[in-house]
This record gives sequence, structure tokens and C-alpha cells, in this order.
Amino acid sequence: MKLKQSIERIMNAVFFICGMVSIAAVALITIYMVWAGLPAIIKIGPVDFLLGTEWKSTASEPSFGILPFILTSVWGMVGALIIGVPVGVLTAVFLAKLAPPKLAALVRPAVELLAGIPSVVYGLIGMIVLVPAVMKAFDLKSGSCLLSAILVLAIMVLPNIISVSETALRAVPPEYEEASLGLGATWIETVFKVSVPAARSGIVAGIVLGAGRAVGEAMAVMMVAGNVANMPGLFKSVRFLTTAVASEMSYAADGSLQKQALFSIGLVLFVFIMLINWLLNTFLKRGEKQ
Amino acid sequence: MKMKRFMAMAIACVMAAGLVACGGSESTATTSTAGSTTASTAEETTADLSGAVATGGSTSVEKVIGALSEAFMEANPGVDVTYDPTGSSAGVTGAADGTLDIGLSSRALKEEEISKGLKETTFALDGIAIVVNTENTVEDLSLEQIAKLATGEITNWSEVGGPDAPVVLIGREAGSGTRDGFESIVGVEDKCAYEQELTSTGAVLAGVAANPNAFGYVSLASVDDTVKMVTVDGVAASEETVKDGSYKIQRPFVFATKEGEELSAQAQAFYDFALSEDAAELIAAAGAVPMV
Repeated sequence: MKLKQSIERIMNAVFFICGMVSIAAVALITIYMVWAGLPAIIKIGPVDFLLGTEWKSTASEPSFGILPFILTSVWGMVGALIIGVPVGVLTAVFLAKLAPPKLAALVRPAVELLAGIPSVVYGLIGMIVLVPAVMKAFDLKSGSCLLSAILVLAIMVLPNIISVSETALRAVPPEYEEASLGLGATWIETVFKVSVPAARSGIVAGIVLGAGRAVGEAMAVMMVAGNVANMPGLFKSVRFLTTAVASEMSYAADGSLQKQALFSIGLVLFVFIMLINWLLNTFLKRGEKQ
Repeated sequence: MKMKRFMAMAIACVMAAGLVACGGSESTATTSTAGSTTASTAEETTADLSGAVATGGSTSVEKVIGALSEAFMEANPGVDVTYDPTGSSAGVTGAADGTLDIGLSSRALKEEEISKGLKETTFALDGIAIVVNTENTVEDLSLEQIAKLATGEITNWSEVGGPDAPVVLIGREAGSGTRDGFESIVGVEDKCAYEQELTSTGAVLAGVAANPNAFGYVSLASVDDTVKMVTVDGVAASEETVKDGSYKIQRPFVFATKEGEELSAQAQAFYDFALSEDAAELIAAAGAVPMV
């Protein structure tokens, strides 16, 4: 009896420690980001750093303004969601409610495969196929621009939105739909007026996940966006927050202001993703309570 | 269900195999074999050395010195060669005030630096090739034209004898040695109107190959036939034209040491190794032109 109790207690401790590992990781990362990111922000000045429009990290008179990166990341995410959300949610509706089982069995693995493709492959295909196509379609001198990045990100956020939304749609109790049908609504009316609102929180979770992926993606956008620190424009070469860190990190000398500023960009990105999660969650879920 | 899983796995395997095939980098393979052969020859000649060799300076030289010190330390396990990439001027200053055994510079020493009692020894040359898309009809550019193309003063290829098409400059990210080299030799520091800033030589080559309007700069050793190299002031870039000085877009990689003062045994051994024929292959593999 005593042995049983002590095993119980030990196992409890094991589970507790496992739970603590992820919390400790989050706490350590947060502390480190603040510790590594703050010095440069203080040195440069928060206003100059966040609202400065010129980034010249290695010039003889360097300037460290990251507003172009912030705005590019915002536009990149918004653009990807404008394309990705309608396509993703409607695909989820199709898979969960409308598709004949055989067709769904074909589409679903394709979506899962889409999620498994490494981002560098998206970048490679974007660079070789999409960038020249954008260049030709819009008669630009170079196809590496914000639009190309948005198109790549839109494809990349699809699997997140589709799989989470589909699960939520499937979890809607059939009684809701049966009641709607019983009142004389058509199946399409039922899906969009009953099932989708009922699955709202799941769909929101999918969109938040997608937004996080769009903001956090570095490799694929680095290969198609051109990486010049311009203020964002649909057909301009742009640099995202993520690529700003990734592209200069390898050559920045230890202890230099440039390297510290890159950590500061990381901190801004970190805060930025937290804010987006929080905003989207509160904004999109508010309707639920009404 | 089983069939589907099998298919998925088969697809994954094919993709993985493709990736491995693409990723197999030739340069690392040659570096490592070169490293081991030189290591074995050096082992026979050098006695048991130990201690530290402090080097530092130009960020552009880091890759070459990295390859050299790796091979050197493999042959002399007791020696620890460090490299601190702080910039050419800092490297030269370090050698002058004795904080570094050897200072590394990617430019010739200035008069006032030599007057501080420093000696310069060029151990390698760095040639930077100007490449354009294969569809571009431009064959030759002068240094001045290259500078104007880079700063955006010339915006159409027809102004330099090419087709009627806009000019797109594809370059490297801030901090890159090739970028620093190109901008300082052509005289366009911090003034370049980049359309794309990419993080590797391969990406620049791919970008230029994909865009008929593009031109870019890459280190000489990495040019392949996916792009077209233009001649500069009538001289084609090659190992010979870089060595004899007729190709303009080049710079020396220089050791700065104190004149008339002896290096420590291990620093002298490293210095000799870097200038020896054993090191030539390593220097070439790292993208520079060796002197011997």
C-alpha cells in the first residue's frame, strides 16, 4: 500500500517536471530576449529605433531604424491572411461538410503534405517559378517583391488554417445541423449559418496559428522578397523582421551595436507575435459572447 | 489506407533523396581532403609546437584564415589559432600595438601604418567578378560605368551598349566581405541602389541567372556558366589577370607584422604555412587566389 502511494507521488513529480520544462523554456527565452535586446534599444533610443525609416547597419555613419521591417511584416501577414483565410476556411468547409468521401480522401492528404514541406522548399520554388512569373505578369524589372512574399506566405498558412478549422467543423454537434435542416434550411444555408458560427473559436485558432506562421517565417520570404530595407510597397523589394535578423546575423561582429540591434529586432518580433495572438484572439472571439 | 501511407513515404523518400543530392556541397568535400593531405605533410616538417596564435582583422579574410588555421591546428594539436573579425583597420592596429601576433587586412597598408613599424606580406588575392544574365549583350564595362550602374545613376542597359532594359543590382547583405570589397574598390560605399540583397554567393548567381535585367558581383572562384562574366576595362577576370594586376576589381589579403621583431615560434610556423604551397589549395578552396 505504501509502495503504491510512493510510486503515485513519484509519478506526480515526474509529470510536474515535464510540465515545468516548457514553462522554463518560455521563461528563459523571454528573459534572454529582453536582456539581449534592450541595450541596443536604449543606446539607439526607442523612438529612433522603432520609428526610424533608415537601416544602414554597416555604413560609416550607421542608422538603425526598423519601421520598414515592422510595416513589411504587418503587410506581409495581412496580405497572406487576405488570400489564405477565405481559401483555407472554404477548403475546410468543403472537406468537413460538402466533399464526397472519396474526394475528401484525396484532398486531405494533399493538405497534410503541404504542411510537411520544409519552408526552404517553398522559398526555392518561389524563387525559381513565382518570382519570374510575377516579374512577367506585372512587367516589373525584378520579381523579388512584397507581392511574391505574400503569395508564398498565403500558401504556407493554408494547412494551419485548414486542418484546425476542419477539426472544429467536424466537432459541431449534428443535432444543430439536423434542427436547421428540420426547419427547412438548405444544406449550404445550414453550413454557413449554423456549423461555421458554432465552430468559430476553432476557426479563429486556425487563423491565429496561420498569422503566427506568416509573421515568423524567415527562410521562404528571404528567398523571394529581395531583402532590401525599403519602406513596404507591393512591388518593392522589402525586408521582414525575421529576415532582417537572419540575413545579417552571420557577419555581425560580437559585441557590436549591429549585433545588439539584431537581438533588439528579435525582441520586437517576439513582442509583435504576442500582440498579434492577443489581438486576434480578443477581436475575433468577441462575437462569440453576443 | 496502407497503400496511401506507402505512397506518402515513397514521395517523402524521393524528396529527401533529391535534397541530399542537391545539398552535397563540393567545396566542403575538397576542403576536408585538402586539409588532411596538408596536415600529413606539415606534420613531418614541424616540431612539437604549442601555445596560442592571436590573429584578427578583416571580416573578408575570415573564411580563408578559418580554412588555414583549421588545417594548421590539425597538424599542430598543441597550437590554438584564434581569429577576431574586427575589420582591417583594427587588425592592423592590433599588430602595431602587439595585442595580435598577426594582423589581417583586406587592403594594402597605408603609409602611416607602415611608418608605425609594420611590414606587409600579401598571401592571397581576392578577385571579384561582375556577372550579368546570359541574355544581356553587354560584354565590357569600365570601372566608372560599373559605379554608375551600382549607384543607380545609369538605370537602363542601353546607356552602356546593352539592350533597352532596366538595370537591377543584385548584391550581398551588409557585413559580407564580397560586398565590402566590391563597394570599396568601385568606390560606391553605402551608395548602392540594391534591388536584392541575398545572403550567399549561390543565391546571387541564381538571382542573376533568373533575371535578364540583373547584374551582380561574386568572388571569382564561384562563377559558373549559368551567368555571363563581363570584362572590366577590357580585361577578363581570371586567376592570371588577378595575379598580374591587370584585372581591376581585386584586392590583396595582407599579413601585417612588426618589422624587425621576431614572431613566436608557433606564429612564425603559421605564417610560413600560410605562404607555403600546401596552403595554396586551401586558399583557392576558400575562394581567393593564392600567391604561389
